[in-house]
Amino acid sequence: MTNHWVDIRNANMILSMGGNSAEAHPVGFRWVTEAIEHNKAKLICIDPRYTRTCAVADYKAFIRTGTDITFLGGLIHYLITTDQIQREYVLHYTDASLLVREDYGFEDGIFTGYNPDNHSYDDKSSWMYELGDDGYALRDMSLQHPRCVYQLMREHYSRYDIDTVSSICGMPREHIEHIWSEIGKMAVPHQTMTILYALGWTQHSIGSQIIRTAAMVQLLLGNMGMPGGGINALRGHSNIQGLTDLGLLSQLLPGYMSLANAKEQDYSAYIQKRAKQPILEGEVSYWKNYEKFHVSLMKSWFGDAATEDNNWCFDWLPKLSKPLYDVLDTFERMHKGELTGYFCQGFNPLASFPNRQKVTEGLSRLKYLVVMDPLNTETSEFWKNYGEYNDVDSSQIQTEVIRLPTTCFAEDDGSITNSARWLQWHWAAAQGPGEARPDTRIMGELFIRIRDLYREEGGVFPDPILNLDWDYDIPEAPSSEELAQEYNGRALVDLTDDNGNVTRRAGELLSSFSEMTADGRTASGCWIFSGAWTQDGNQMARRDNSDPYGTGNTLGWAWAWPANRRVLYNRASADTQGRPWGKEKAFVWWSSEQGRWVGADIPDFPVTSDPALGQGPFIMQPEGVGHFFAGQSMVDGPFPEHYEPFESPIDNNPLHPNNPLAKNNPAGRIYDEDRKALGTREEFPHAATTYRLTEHFHFWTKHARLNAVVQPEQFVEISHQLAEEVGVVAGDWVRVSSNRGFIKAVAVVTKRMQPLRIGDRDVHHVGIPIHWGFTGVAKKGYLINALTPVVGDANTQTPEYKSFIVKVEKA
Amino acid sequence: MINSQNIVARSATTLPAPHVRDDVVEVAKLIDVSKCIGCKACQVACMEWNDLRDEVGECHGVYDNPMDLTADSWTVMRFNEVETDFVGGEDVSKEKELSWLIRKDGCMHCAEPGCLEACPAPGAIVKYANGIVDFDSNNCIGCGYCITGCPFNIPRISEKDSKSYKCTLCSDRVNVGLEPACVKACPTNCIEFGSKKDMLARADKRVNDLKERGYEQAGIYDPAGVGGTHVMYVLHHSDEPGLYSGLAKDPRISPVVGAWKGITKPIMSAILGITAFAGFFHYITKGPKEEPTDEEVFGEDDDHHRVSREEEHRS
Repeated sequence: MTNHWVDIRNANMILSMGGNSAEAHPVGFRWVTEAIEHNKAKLICIDPRYTRTCAVADYKAFIRTGTDITFLGGLIHYLITTDQIQREYVLHYTDASLLVREDYGFEDGIFTGYNPDNHSYDDKSSWMYELGDDGYALRDMSLQHPRCVYQLMREHYSRYDIDTVSSICGMPREHIEHIWSEIGKMAVPHQTMTILYALGWTQHSIGSQIIRTAAMVQLLLGNMGMPGGGINALRGHSNIQGLTDLGLLSQLLPGYMSLANAKEQDYSAYIQKRAKQPILEGEVSYWKNYEKFHVSLMKSWFGDAATEDNNWCFDWLPKLSKPLYDVLDTFERMHKGELTGYFCQGFNPLASFPNRQKVTEGLSRLKYLVVMDPLNTETSEFWKNYGEYNDVDSSQIQTEVIRLPTTCFAEDDGSITNSARWLQWHWAAAQGPGEARPDTRIMGELFIRIRDLYREEGGVFPDPILNLDWDYDIPEAPSSEELAQEYNGRALVDLTDDNGNVTRRAGELLSSFSEMTADGRTASGCWIFSGAWTQDGNQMARRDNSDPYGTGNTLGWAWAWPANRRVLYNRASADTQGRPWGKEKAFVWWSSEQGRWVGADIPDFPVTSDPALGQGPFIMQPEGVGHFFAGQSMVDGPFPEHYEPFESPIDNNPLHPNNPLAKNNPAGRIYDEDRKALGTREEFPHAATTYRLTEHFHFWTKHARLNAVVQPEQFVEISHQLAEEVGVVAGDWVRVSSNRGFIKAVAVVTKRMQPLRIGDRDVHHVGIPIHWGFTGVAKKGYLINALTPVVGDANTQTPEYKSFIVKVEKA
Repeated sequence: MINSQNIVARSATTLPAPHVRDDVVEVAKLIDVSKCIGCKACQVACMEWNDLRDEVGECHGVYDNPMDLTADSWTVMRFNEVETDFVGGEDVSKEKELSWLIRKDGCMHCAEPGCLEACPAPGAIVKYANGIVDFDSNNCIGCGYCITGCPFNIPRISEKDSKSYKCTLCSDRVNVGLEPACVKACPTNCIEFGSKKDMLARADKRVNDLKERGYEQAGIYDPAGVGGTHVMYVLHHSDEPGLYSGLAKDPRISPVVGAWKGITKPIMSAILGITAFAGFFHYITKGPKEEPTDEEVFGEDDDHHRVSREEEHRS
């Protein structure tokens, strides 16, 4: 979230799209109801289904799954053509005025630089601003230059007229008009809309670009950095935010730093590429400090072994020989028999990963599988026959499965990072049962044994293992407190200011990442978490909910990264003079008396930067402004464009009917074998989408009796019209199949599903909740990922669980 | 039974009620249907607090589960899809709009409880000074008269022990100053708890907000036919409560119960005998839904037992 849960109550309008906020985030949804009741806010809900969120919404509309860019692109077109934009904000706080290179282009669905053989944009050099002789980007503050971002954007979305939108999304014109006109009202400076989304946007082959389109709408409306505004990801797992923050992705290091690729063997070139310098004069460009964070990380990992002479152990870091070694890649290699063993920690891939058949075959080719989990997961029993629910021949599977039971979150001390980037410390409420141990203890013991093996027997490349800094009271069981202090960071020697005064004694905890240095004097395991555990103690354990400005911004409650800041880009809540855009939205402003930025939040800005200096509010960007034009930061184009899901219920991309290359995301992630497993709409005519129900949490709570009581048995949702076509009534069993497998489930026949008019025909949707499986106390069910395709978003690799095609029949 | 001083009405008895706590504030639970997302947290909280575990059932082609109130499910969410007039501002589509009306069903804690009126077992149903209507299961004989007497069809007889059960409004929690478990668990604050006066004021504000949003028929459900209730709803369509999965439009205690009470109960109370009850109700537990005839209900005269049972309770 750019903003935070409580801040939703400051919104005047709430757009819930690409997620079913009431269903999947019922507790956080209380802030939506607060906004409705106490701020007279209106709630808009757009979804392929009429959901629990729709049940309490003021306006709701059906949309065909996977067509959100079309709806939002049409909204951009509408806001620009009706001049409902926050003009001063757009002019000063966005890249609208910057000029783009002359050789940038977009033709029939394809941006410049595409290589069809590789399915990728191999040459992105034209996706860049035109730079002047001084190295800074050229700009036209009149926004009239044909190559300024604003004009390029206007032209790009001019194709998204209301009839096109209606025909692609399956949404009647009058519904579109009504919702767009409501959203247009939020362009005034003193009103804000917040956007709440979740996996309904991320789990598409164009997921990242959907979210970008929404962010562009928010920039046009001047809603970024504003209380009650922003673009807010409601995370699907209680600690998944922490996972990405700590860099548990194959190409990342902690704190959103990135691993080098195989061509980047030179340390200073690696740093230079990432330590972004301003491309507008005088801008902050905070990533220019990259080396301080990187060196502090290396000191945290390798201690005294990391020195300036060895480039802080840069050579010890893995270099990516291909873009990603992620879960898609891992299961592809596992399926090819290239993996010997697999550690599966807090992950139930047989249930959670697409194309379950491929997962079963892959796991069957392993020598060993280790499952670390509090529950008896399907993955740990993938080899066991459960009849139709898991129809395997155990005698043909030789994989040795080792289960290491772990404690669950309620049995550990530690911090959980929520969607709002708050690190909240919690204390164990109970002891783990039986032989269950904390994950850290299991990993600790494993590490000690591996290190001993290297010590005793040597190995190809023992240095990073033997030199890993492992200074814990009990080496086999690092404590949560020790780990938290480690990621916060310490001074390794006395730190001094410019006058030689000691500002931090050696061994003391850092108060913030601003204390970090690039010369090895500081260590920190995750720079963005610095400040979470300082000399003043555990900031994450704070529980002071005082709210001195009445904005819901409780700076004394837990701790938020970065720097305990609650609303990102909050400098943008004030105008160019540093005054709040409206008194209802006063949040962070310039105090000329104090010569500093003050207000309800920690300013996301150099705190003494006078507005007269004109520094832009988006300090992580080299231009200091928000991006309509993504430059080279996305792999599939600088402007979002609609592409059909890889499995689509229609024949072509209506925006590019004659260009098969532009039917699906031209840079989408798919392997050849998986492409062969895609179905055709003739055989599988129904659009399918998967989702969660409020009664359950993923595949966990089917193990809990009470959750099983309130939602006991697997079902799918279909419209009355589709039910009539296939000859079933509510409560009958249906068989749902894709080109990869099938499930059987009870049919919920409902008016909340409607056939949508797409072009000249009706498209039926099938709603498929995910929660059932063959372990647990709920009624046994089929793993729905028997149906889903192995297709990844071009940027995040997130599988396309939300849009594929199936056939529904009476079972 | 704790705090017997709070009991202001008691089934099947003519003994005067204690009045030492008559000035206790009347409480109420307010359920704002317009803010309910049907998450069933209230159902789960109810089962948790009251140590109930219903059966893991089946899907019947709807979101409702369990499908109906049971002796182990004292509250259930009821989901109903209806088409109503479009109210979101200007009527752009001139069409009916789909509404998914979700109502938490359970005991309404009537000011004039039909269950208590109908109950023939002394002290099996009581009403407290704060308005809560509670079942004292020790005294329940499983006759099912409370079901007949209830204008909302709430109590359910357990197959395990042939006794009748329903929501207690968490009288045990309220007694020590806590809100009911469902209120505590509700994530959207659509269930609130407080004095009836405060809840009516809250409800008024909510009704005004809904009217501003175009729900002209928004209103409070606090039906006069049962003297008002201690569980109230805010409805968008208060003119048609039936849209909310059959909520009674004008609930009243069945005239049969009223007549039975008015004419025969004073006599009956005087002559009811515990011994006879024991034998008789052992018989009827085989078919608790079958209503016994008046002749069957009237047992032998055994004043002595009745009195000693009363004493047992006072102690």
